[in-house]
Amino acid sequence: MSIMAEPSAEGRFGEFGGRFVPETLVPACQELEAAFREAWSDPSFIAELDNLLREYAGRPSILTECHNLGAQLGIRLLLKREDLNHTGSHKINNVLGQALLAKRMGKTRLVAETGAGQHGVASATAAALLGMTCKVYMGAVDVERQGLNVFRMHLLGSEVEAVHSGSRTLKDAVNEAMRDWVANVGETHYCLGSVMGPHPYPWMVREFHRVIGKEAFAQCNDLLGSPPDVVVACVGGGSNAMGIFSGFVDTPARLIGVEPAGGAAVGRGIPGVVHGMRSYLMQDEYGQVQEAHSISAGLDYPGVGPEHSYLASIGRAEYPTVTDAEVIEAFQMMARSEGIIPALECAHAMAWIAREAPTMQGQTVLMNLSGRGDKDVNQMMEILGG
Amino acid sequence: MTATDTTFGRMETEFRAKRAAGRKLLVPYVTGGLPGWQQAIRAAAAAGADAIEIGLPFSDPVMDGPVIQEASQRALDAGVNINIIFDQARELDVEIPLAVMCYYNTIHHAGHERFAHMLDVAGIVAAIVPDLPLEESAPWCTAADAEGIETVMLAAPTAPDERLPRIAARCRGFVYSVGLLGVTGERTSLAASATNLAARLKAITDVPVLVGVGVSNADQAREACRVADGVIQGASVVKRLMDHGPEAVGEYVAEVRAAITF
Repeated sequence: MSIMAEPSAEGRFGEFGGRFVPETLVPACQELEAAFREAWSDPSFIAELDNLLREYAGRPSILTECHNLGAQLGIRLLLKREDLNHTGSHKINNVLGQALLAKRMGKTRLVAETGAGQHGVASATAAALLGMTCKVYMGAVDVERQGLNVFRMHLLGSEVEAVHSGSRTLKDAVNEAMRDWVANVGETHYCLGSVMGPHPYPWMVREFHRVIGKEAFAQCNDLLGSPPDVVVACVGGGSNAMGIFSGFVDTPARLIGVEPAGGAAVGRGIPGVVHGMRSYLMQDEYGQVQEAHSISAGLDYPGVGPEHSYLASIGRAEYPTVTDAEVIEAFQMMARSEGIIPALECAHAMAWIAREAPTMQGQTVLMNLSGRGDKDVNQMMEILGG
Repeated sequence: MTATDTTFGRMETEFRAKRAAGRKLLVPYVTGGLPGWQQAIRAAAAAGADAIEIGLPFSDPVMDGPVIQEASQRALDAGVNINIIFDQARELDVEIPLAVMCYYNTIHHAGHERFAHMLDVAGIVAAIVPDLPLEESAPWCTAADAEGIETVMLAAPTAPDERLPRIAARCRGFVYSVGLLGVTGERTSLAASATNLAARLKAITDVPVLVGVGVSNADQAREACRVADGVIQGASVVKRLMDHGPEAVGEYVAEVRAAITF
């Protein structure tokens, strides 16, 4: 059996996960779990999703070998190009799956949270395509620094609400989306954007992203004849990492989830319960959730998906951190050496690879390039001074 | 069968006796640590409250609307924590039972047994944990039962019929009948779901049924109490405390008490 199998009946991965939600949402989570279970074993649902992924999202995403960076760093570096998907990130995989499922369940409205705006844009896109209404909650701080994505969501016909409570970032956007779901649970599906939240979300979102790992495994096999030595992805909630890990968890490859130094849920966290799940969480001595601080809005999250906590607890995956300064360096390195502008989130994975390359000489490293950096150009222009 | 056979906790014993005597139950909610919160509790007790729900401020209150969110944030910004609140709760010399309303991470972080003991030491007899549904409740309920802390479970309008008796069976003190689909806060009218769910619960349990969430004024409390055994008043109380101080809480509780005295 795979290390990344179905969670227990209670939605646990080891001691992590579960369903810690207000009573109002328990029936909705149960209904969603049943609907997903049924759809995921229905060939017609799978075929419909596959078709959308192929003909709308542009899958399969290619594998790019970075010859220049590889030579510089003394490693063989492969990128899984999720940045080339429609809407510019891996988020579309999950969103198309959830939106199709929501329609199948008779829901007419999506709500979503977003940090960097990539999941919000993907949700708005799926809603436009499938004829659903969509409201996206986004922390006021993130609205400020990701103006381009806010405008994109408006263009796509979605409503964007700036969240002014708490730290005014991703965690508060999740709170507000959950409050909306509590109030409108009849017609609304909460299109959660990562492998987090109450059961069945961590499992379901991972399954919708499994396509990344499945493709990458086959592509590595074609190219290398074996899995890579190391698989690297950035981790906020952890959906792109779960997607690519799923293809290699049962191989000997090292799995590396890179967290920002200011949002190291696994690295600095202890188990806690927030947003419906038990997982590693940055919190103070009284259990108040701490604010994450990172250059990247998409990783500004004090928690992490429960299956990551599980993989960390059993030692199957490692969760190192990188600093904002290392990320800024890696962002530019990738642009200059490979002609690829990565999302700031993915620049975290690149930063770890650049730092640790001396210890991996001659090894093959597969990195999930989960999103493109267009959305971050304004922010980087301010930092780098044009 | 509901609750334990014969031995109810202090809050449930008092609530059952008052109900038997024809009194509707009134439970105001006060955010612990807000300026004036102890005086507000004393004023509410003097004005006819039957128990007090002390809200423990939390960074991520998903079941709460803007008023209680703001109150929590103010208390946290002022440096309040559970040790301070429990110390100050112990100084309260009111005759009615005290409960806490807290999010589960506060308990989880402190440790189940330790938290139950902290409540007991602070003179608090019951706990309401809005993000701890039945399926996840066993570790806390076991610790709470052992310490004699009554755990109030919530029932929501979305619950199918088969779920309600299971919730009621796990309730100690009273069952918290969630008045509407949504978070805490004031509404212009009482949702039909409030009396519907209260009636469904009354039909399957003899544990006292109190309606909370969206019971926003004396008239709505009266309407809810035509079916339910009582009401919880949250945002309407906290707003008065923040805007006008503890005396306003006393006046409001007296007004609601009068309205639910049939």
